[in-house]
Amino acid sequence: MAIVRVEELGRTFRVADKQPGLVGTLRHFLHRRERLITAVDQLSFSIEPGEMVGFLGPNGAGKTTTLKMLSGLIHPTRGRVSVAGHQPYRREPDFLGAITLVMGQKQQLIWDLPPLDSLAVNAAVYGIPDGEARRRIDELAEMLELGPELRRPVRKLSLGQRMKAELLAALLHQPSVLFLDEPTLGLDVNAQAAVRSFLADYNRRTGATVLLTSHYMGDITALCPRVLLIHGGTLFHDGSLEGLSQRLAPWREVSLALAEPLPAERFAIYGEIERCQGCEVVLLVERARLTAVVGQLLAELPVLDLEVREPPLEQTIGRLFQTPAAVAP
Amino acid sequence: MMDRRRGLGRYGLSLLRFWSVSLAAQMEYQLNLIIEVVASIATLAGGLFTLSLFYAHGQRLGGWSWEEALVVLGLSTFLDGFSSTLLRPNLGELVKQVQNGSLDFVLLKPIDSQFWVSLRNWSPWGMPEMALGFGLVLVGLVRSGARPGPGGVLAALLLWACGVAILYSLWFILAATSIWFVKVWNATEVLRSLVGVGRYPISAYPPALRLLFTAVVPIAFLTNVPAEALLGRTTPFWCAASAGLALVALICSRLLWRMALRHYTSASS
Repeated sequence: MAIVRVEELGRTFRVADKQPGLVGTLRHFLHRRERLITAVDQLSFSIEPGEMVGFLGPNGAGKTTTLKMLSGLIHPTRGRVSVAGHQPYRREPDFLGAITLVMGQKQQLIWDLPPLDSLAVNAAVYGIPDGEARRRIDELAEMLELGPELRRPVRKLSLGQRMKAELLAALLHQPSVLFLDEPTLGLDVNAQAAVRSFLADYNRRTGATVLLTSHYMGDITALCPRVLLIHGGTLFHDGSLEGLSQRLAPWREVSLALAEPLPAERFAIYGEIERCQGCEVVLLVERARLTAVVGQLLAELPVLDLEVREPPLEQTIGRLFQTPAAVAP
Repeated sequence: MMDRRRGLGRYGLSLLRFWSVSLAAQMEYQLNLIIEVVASIATLAGGLFTLSLFYAHGQRLGGWSWEEALVVLGLSTFLDGFSSTLLRPNLGELVKQVQNGSLDFVLLKPIDSQFWVSLRNWSPWGMPEMALGFGLVLVGLVRSGARPGPGGVLAALLLWACGVAILYSLWFILAATSIWFVKVWNATEVLRSLVGVGRYPISAYPPALRLLFTAVVPIAFLTNVPAEALLGRTTPFWCAASAGLALVALICSRLLWRMALRHYTSASS
């Protein structure tokens, strides 16, 4: 029985269509023009309890809008959503007690006070008795390696410490479904790794379901056996990362070291030229033609060294999605 | 799972935590106390001076003696202090929460969102003004010779509560429209200056304005009507009108909030 079920979900926004500059501003003031933007369209997927799923897509693909519809913050325009047996937009207390949403760009902790004060408020709001709250805070703090930081004003904490405290605040009520929107945004490599290992540990210990977006492919590869890739608001891929890479990258990167520099035009017949600087050349070659092209290169050019690589996935996704997509507000 | 039986206790405890945390946050800025005390004394002195100009030749103003007008000014000062204590810290914050999208965190909590956004903060800095206003009400009552019995005091308290409910609802409705228009901060400032009208007896204004401040923007109910009760000259009509208006205003604020949340788009990603 799926814990998250999304069927033909859609969301459109009405946004102001304004030209830049003074004239545009005046015209906009006098005659307001609006247009409809489709942030999410015909999106369907389902997630089983305990799964960790990565949610990928370029900026404006509709990831955040989808997470907000799943957590009940905004109403869908079309389609059906069910999370933990509830319709999110009704925001029933039992539903809100079963989910959490962590946003890397927003914070719920009170800026001037230590995280423990914000945690006390959350405990009261979720109806968690004091003793139980203290026990959960100790347990989560240990997993997150937080100690005296919980007694320091939030404004004095580093970004990494603050994000860990945000996670603690978001998990105090022991939600069974976690929606994480860029939880590692802006963190340094160590803090990113700490958040990653915490999430893996949390999922293993509690069996919580996790849907995660991240700009750092490292988060996804480390945590999510399954990825959903959306573009322009619709689902493009649902499956493993390897499957995605097979599908997205039907080409390989061929790096050449030449004995002498050659003009760039010479390489056009072999594949797409990624880089051509002096004796260093990088070509993108279709996987189907790879063997033949490598043979030709070795036979026809003064090659000193040749290396074939799989291009990094970020780059692959970026290339595929250079076509403009609907922009979510 | 949420325990429904503990629902009310949960709200009570939440309020207690809200306010203790809010006080702790305010205490980070001690200088505010001095600024607020000076500001409220200056505002009150200004109000007294303006009022004394009207009464310079000893005449009555719209049927109110100087001492009775002091009761109105006192109640208005008290209400302003109350606004600084509870209304402004919350409803001003609501507009900001919509602008920067932090309202998200309120909507994610299993607690009534109107309860949260209306009562989450309080500020002790309005209390000096409340004390000044209370003192002025006493001075006005003693000097005007009015001796309200327990019934009069109770009626005045209830009417004052109705006035607060009306002011809260108007303010809340204006703040909640920020969900559609995002920038309504100026609109709530207009409301504040309108409330300033209630510093003086409404019956001293020309008839057209009197109608405006009673029927259209019900400023009269905030200070004048409770003052009449303290002075022992209110009528059942005004009591019923005040209670009815308060109820309607509260219901409107509730309905509008629910409608607004359906249109909430949650700023920034």
